[in-house]
Amino acid sequence: MTFFDLARRNVSRHWLRSVLAVIGIVIGVIAIATLGIMGNSIGLMFGDMVTDVGDTLVVSPATGVGGGKLTERQVDDITRAVGSNLVIPFASTADKISVGEKEGGAMLYAIPAGDMPSLLEVESGAYPRDTGAGCLIGSQLAANGRENGLKLGARVRIGDETLRVVGVLEERGMGFDINPDYAIVVPYSWYSSHYDEDGYDQVIVKVRDVNDLDAVKESIEQRMNRREDVVTVMDTRGILESVFAATDSITVFLMGIGAVSLIVAGVSILNVMLMSVTERIKEIGVLRSIGTRRSEVMRMFIYEALFLGLAGAVIGGALSFCAGYVVTAVFVGNADYLFDPTSLLYIVFGMAFGVITSVASGLYPAWKAAQLNPIQALRHE
Amino acid sequence: MPVISFEHVSKVYPLPAGDVVALDAVDIAIEAGEFILVMGPSGSGKSTLLNIMGSLDVPTSGEVTIAGNRISGMDDDDLTLLRRDHIGFVFQQFNLIPLLSVVENVEYPLILKARQNGSRERAEEVLEAVGIAETHFSHKPGELSGGQQQRVAIARALANDPDFLLCDEPTGNLDSKTGTAIMDLLDRMNREEGKTVVMVTHDPRMTEYADRTIRLVDGRVA
Ligand SMILES: Nc1ncnc2c1ncn2[C@@H]1O[C@H](COP(=O)(O)OP(=O)(O)OP(=O)(O)O)[C@@H](O)[C@H]1O
Ligand SMILES: [Mg+2]
Repeated sequence: MTFFDLARRNVSRHWLRSVLAVIGIVIGVIAIATLGIMGNSIGLMFGDMVTDVGDTLVVSPATGVGGGKLTERQVDDITRAVGSNLVIPFASTADKISVGEKEGGAMLYAIPAGDMPSLLEVESGAYPRDTGAGCLIGSQLAANGRENGLKLGARVRIGDETLRVVGVLEERGMGFDINPDYAIVVPYSWYSSHYDEDGYDQVIVKVRDVNDLDAVKESIEQRMNRREDVVTVMDTRGILESVFAATDSITVFLMGIGAVSLIVAGVSILNVMLMSVTERIKEIGVLRSIGTRRSEVMRMFIYEALFLGLAGAVIGGALSFCAGYVVTAVFVGNADYLFDPTSLLYIVFGMAFGVITSVASGLYPAWKAAQLNPIQALRHE
Repeated sequence: MPVISFEHVSKVYPLPAGDVVALDAVDIAIEAGEFILVMGPSGSGKSTLLNIMGSLDVPTSGEVTIAGNRISGMDDDDLTLLRRDHIGFVFQQFNLIPLLSVVENVEYPLILKARQNGSRERAEEVLEAVGIAETHFSHKPGELSGGQQQRVAIARALANDPDFLLCDEPTGNLDSKTGTAIMDLLDRMNREEGKTVVMVTHDPRMTEYADRTIRLVDGRVA
């Protein structure tokens, strides 16, 4: 029989009241943990979707300059500016395509045939040559177009010309440079003559050593933007960082919503504890008169709050796991994210928050109990 | 040296309608082993006197020494430990802790002092000494009669082997036969165990148990 025992017995003496207070904490813990897991899973999902392009710079024409295209000369300038690093210019457009009788629209990427191997992986088939009329199709386009005949070896009509699919690309995921999964990739020479177009939309610079990224970016900007802003250089690593920062703030926002529900739970704990103190004024007087110190009275009541908090945290933690499963499976579409350590951490976090909230809510009532004058408390009926 | 000594002790309650003087320059010395009655009309300051003797309250002026400790300058913790280690309280309302069983009520002050479990034997020993049968040990206080509850309360007061017992109308809530049995118990503790007892009562028949009676009138020793 200790203070902890006394606290436990008091909690179970008013079990209905205790259960209601615990339910509040349970809901708070679930809200924090689940919303945290959801935000975190969104971040993980982005991370999975975005291919590793940390070593890439994307150079685009500055807005309103030269009709939004980069000329061959500018590309040469960029090539000189970046030294031995790889420069891949490309153009993109959307056009109507037809395969046999079926018609549809598709995104076209035009890349110099020689640069394709350093940017794209072919899953089956081969890379097209600059001189031929071959093209590559993205993995998703291939998967979706199979029953329409869009597959390796198929003939794709664009305008009045026909291209043969010589290769199917590996899935590449969402990138900040190009997104070829749903697109057709054609040699730039074919694109240039077919559309009578000799500019590029963007230039991808693959930097060999990631540590040089800033220096290379600097070098391009210095060379190209001497008099006025001709190009803008996007640092994909920087963009990635800002996307992750955005998902982090989504997570914080979602958890903030959870925290509000926990505050409500804290108020109900405060209420229950104040009731408990008021009902036991006489008992507190007796305990004090037979030699219980203020700090010990305080401890007894804090244990009571701790008890409610622990119960809420354990039950809430278990339910958070279930709720987290539902949320990741339904909203994010992949329950695996729940089992990521960073996600599970939010359950621990929610539980810790539940316990801390309870104890914090118990502090004032406990302090009030400890401050009671023993004589007045003894006289209380 | 007396166990309790009061030198010119006054207690004044400042109220908006004017100060209430509950104790007025009281001088008392109680020696170890004495059985003292405190009597007087309602409002004469008996409870106030007992609360100060029990270090539950402090005087407005004057010097109080309890079990060799001068209480002036003591903080709340010091006073609490003084109660825990040297004083046993017995109340009119029994005041047992309803959450705890009979034996746990007696064990409680032992654990408070020793800071550990394992005081069960001592608690049982004291309960037997005050005449509580073992079959009642695990009962909750509410399941006992008034007389039995007061015996448990006396056992709780005796658990830490205090220097003296302070009893504020311990028989006030009991019928006269049960009251007499409680008086006999306190008398036995006084004679056989040498416990100092200070008891507030309105019952003039109790004087036969006492070595001495302190009479209070309007906060003064008459
Ligand atoms: N907390 C307090 N505030 C103000 N006045 C008080 C307080 N406690 C006691 N008094 C006053 O002090 C006086 C003595 O009270 P006390 O309780 O000691 O009397 P008592 O002799 O025990 O009376 P009773 O026989 O009715 O129990 C009374 O006039 C009472 O009104
Ligand atoms: Mg009184």
